[in-house]
Amino acid sequence: MKALHQFVDNNVHPLFKEGSKLEKYWPVYDGFYTFLFTPGHPADGKAHIRDGVDLKRTMNTVITALIPTLLFGMWNVGYHHFNAIGIDAIFFEQFLFGAIKVIPMVMVSYGVGLGIEFLFCVIKGHQIEEGYLVSGMLIPLIMPVDLPLWMLALSVAFAVIIGKEVFGGTGMNIFNPALLARAFAFFAYPTYMSGDKVWINTTGTEGMMAVDGFSGATALGDYATTGVSQYSALDAFIGIIPGSVGETSVIAIMLGAGLLLFTGIASWRIMLSAVVGGVVMGLIFNAVAPFALSAEQEAFMAVPFWQQLVMGGFAFGVVYMATDPVSGSQTDTGKYVYGFLIGFLSIMIRVFNPAYPEGVMLAILFMNTMAPLVDHYVIQANIKKREQRLALKTATA
Amino acid sequence: MSNVVTIKRGVNIDLVGETNPELGTPHSISTAALKPSDFQGVRFKLSVKEGDEVKAGSPLLYNKDVEAMKFCSPVSGEVVAIVRGAQRRILEVRVLADKKTKFEDFGAVDPHSIDRDAVIEKMLQSGVWPMLKQRPYNVAANPEITPKAIFISGFDTAPLAPDMGIILEGQEKEFQAGVDALAKLTDGPVHLGLSESKPTGKTLASVRGVKVTKYKGPHPAGLVGVHIHHLDPIDKGEHVWTIAPEHVVILGHLFLTGTYNARTVVALSGKEINERRYIQTVIGACVKELLENNLSDDVPVRIISGNVLTGTKIEEDGYMGFYERQITAIREGVEPELFGWLIPKPNKFSISRALPSWFMRQLGQVKYDLDTNNHGEHRAFVVSGEYEKVFPFDIFPVQLLKAILNEDIDAMEKLGLYELVEEDFALCEVVCTSKINVQNIVRDGLNLLRSEVG
Repeated sequence: MKALHQFVDNNVHPLFKEGSKLEKYWPVYDGFYTFLFTPGHPADGKAHIRDGVDLKRTMNTVITALIPTLLFGMWNVGYHHFNAIGIDAIFFEQFLFGAIKVIPMVMVSYGVGLGIEFLFCVIKGHQIEEGYLVSGMLIPLIMPVDLPLWMLALSVAFAVIIGKEVFGGTGMNIFNPALLARAFAFFAYPTYMSGDKVWINTTGTEGMMAVDGFSGATALGDYATTGVSQYSALDAFIGIIPGSVGETSVIAIMLGAGLLLFTGIASWRIMLSAVVGGVVMGLIFNAVAPFALSAEQEAFMAVPFWQQLVMGGFAFGVVYMATDPVSGSQTDTGKYVYGFLIGFLSIMIRVFNPAYPEGVMLAILFMNTMAPLVDHYVIQANIKKREQRLALKTATA
Repeated sequence: MSNVVTIKRGVNIDLVGETNPELGTPHSISTAALKPSDFQGVRFKLSVKEGDEVKAGSPLLYNKDVEAMKFCSPVSGEVVAIVRGAQRRILEVRVLADKKTKFEDFGAVDPHSIDRDAVIEKMLQSGVWPMLKQRPYNVAANPEITPKAIFISGFDTAPLAPDMGIILEGQEKEFQAGVDALAKLTDGPVHLGLSESKPTGKTLASVRGVKVTKYKGPHPAGLVGVHIHHLDPIDKGEHVWTIAPEHVVILGHLFLTGTYNARTVVALSGKEINERRYIQTVIGACVKELLENNLSDDVPVRIISGNVLTGTKIEEDGYMGFYERQITAIREGVEPELFGWLIPKPNKFSISRALPSWFMRQLGQVKYDLDTNNHGEHRAFVVSGEYEKVFPFDIFPVQLLKAILNEDIDAMEKLGLYELVEEDFALCEVVCTSKINVQNIVRDGLNLLRSEVG
């Protein structure tokens, strides 16, 4: 370790230090250096000891929590592919096919996103921040597998530049960058982001025709259009349904949620209240289903409330996206409200608006907008308490 | 029966290097110094020049705005150096100590027999006045104000905190006299906060004329700010004074004997000090004699006047701070660490379970050997809900800090900055994932608020 550090110190560091040719690219060097080494910087504030956790560790934990969904997603892509084209395949083949499809998405996401971040940091002369490490993994997981890579790249660029860098970088953004990438793709290329053709890769092997007419709609898509689905709740829970790469398996998501909750990195308040919000909306729908406008809608409304929780991106959104500390509510009380409304609105949007079967994306983005307002009222209540205390004192004095 | 207040949010950080519970022999002091930087919000003028002979209790400096407020020499001897820094700011006034201390005589008097103004005058001229700190702003108390209460915290919960029972041992009479004098200064009560679980020692247990409240729970349960918040929070326009118990003893001594006797007991703590014990010395003593041949020399060491949460970094021949009761020496964390963020090392402290420190606690590791490494780089606020875990106030810490960074006076007021001082935020600074120097921000906020509101 010492030797490696000495090598970096003697041979690489001088290239980038002040006054040298590559001085401008210091942030890039610094980014790689701090990735390799936690620097020997002693605490420079009033406290002389510091917690061992830094942002790199935090982000790394979230990425670890995403690994089950990534691996399951890879397998699921392959599973549906071979299913659709009618070829028997063993587990390994399924996984390999999925990996070949998904890994390029991950690479494009990180390549484009980090590239832009590096560029901005060089322009600003700032240190490279860790924010994109998680977004970069989230984005491929919430996209359909057949999304062309250039669209993915554009979405990433949009999310990083408009979603984050214009606000000042990590910690300053208003919206969850990963969801912004998805929203961009969703509205810019709707045909690639919804319907029943995009969720399963049906391109055959070389020489074979692409399979036509295979319905690869998601469970949500089924319900929204016909009121029934070919997938059972158990399928949805395990995750063997079509959908965005990482969102399908509730089991995999629960593994990640377990890690995030255990480490305390994601807020249990948001997760819990979002589930409660989803349940409440589901129950309301169950109750009012007989009054629905159409038969399909009635059938969708009548889906048992618990089944709503395992379908679509609800679980993924609640666990990994709603809990983003930057774009979410900052106060503990606010987190309950924020989470509840995300769950509530997710189910509402998906049932009421068949054009947007994926309600959780819009619900979270909407609540990102509302989070500061929620916090405002929580903080005002705290301020009011203080003002009343003072008023009481002056009245008795 | 006294009330018990339970503090839930907070954390005890147990470090290796506790002070052995034994009182060493009084050591001879070579030099002692007053450091103006210990006193926030005071504009200083010198009362002496280099070469002057002073007694213990002779003024070295005074407050330009309140000329009666003197800052006095803790020892008798010759003023050997007036150290100045940038813009000729006074950094230290050093006094070479006599072998036998000569005291300025201010006249012994029973505090019961004189009125408030006389108590104040005696305290101002003898140099004990600055021991009273005022909230809001954490500055030396303004003698023209009558505070609504005075708070004393009789226990310390900071990492490696000294045992107040040892520091105050045998000072019953002095402590009582000090409390009697304090009672003159306020219309309200004199509060004494004690630990619910730890023994308090005879001095504190036997004192009369105070309102005792006991506190249960982790650090910062011992901070006087927490006591104030739970008993009698400070609103706009109100003032509370605070004083450390060892300073109450010095105050009592003044009334009993008429002298400013700056003698006090400090604890030597931290793993890098070999012989860790309690030592009788004076306020502002040079640490050189205390630490000579007593520091481990195989690693770079940071010497801290005070504890690891709020103390001040000093040199090996530096001077104790006016308000500090311990000297801590820990390893300076200057070694870069390969994949430090990735490889979980057991010997890191964290309130998060993202590091194995939680797991190690379950396995029975209870004490940490921490160095001063930052464990990461400075970032913007990202993680939420983190400060709240160690901040037992009904106040939103992050929002308040952001108000300070925005220099939004109105928001600072409304969010409750009047109650708080730097040390209340110390744990927030420790646990911060973004490594933000929270206490410096709080100081800036207090300075700004004071300059705008007064």
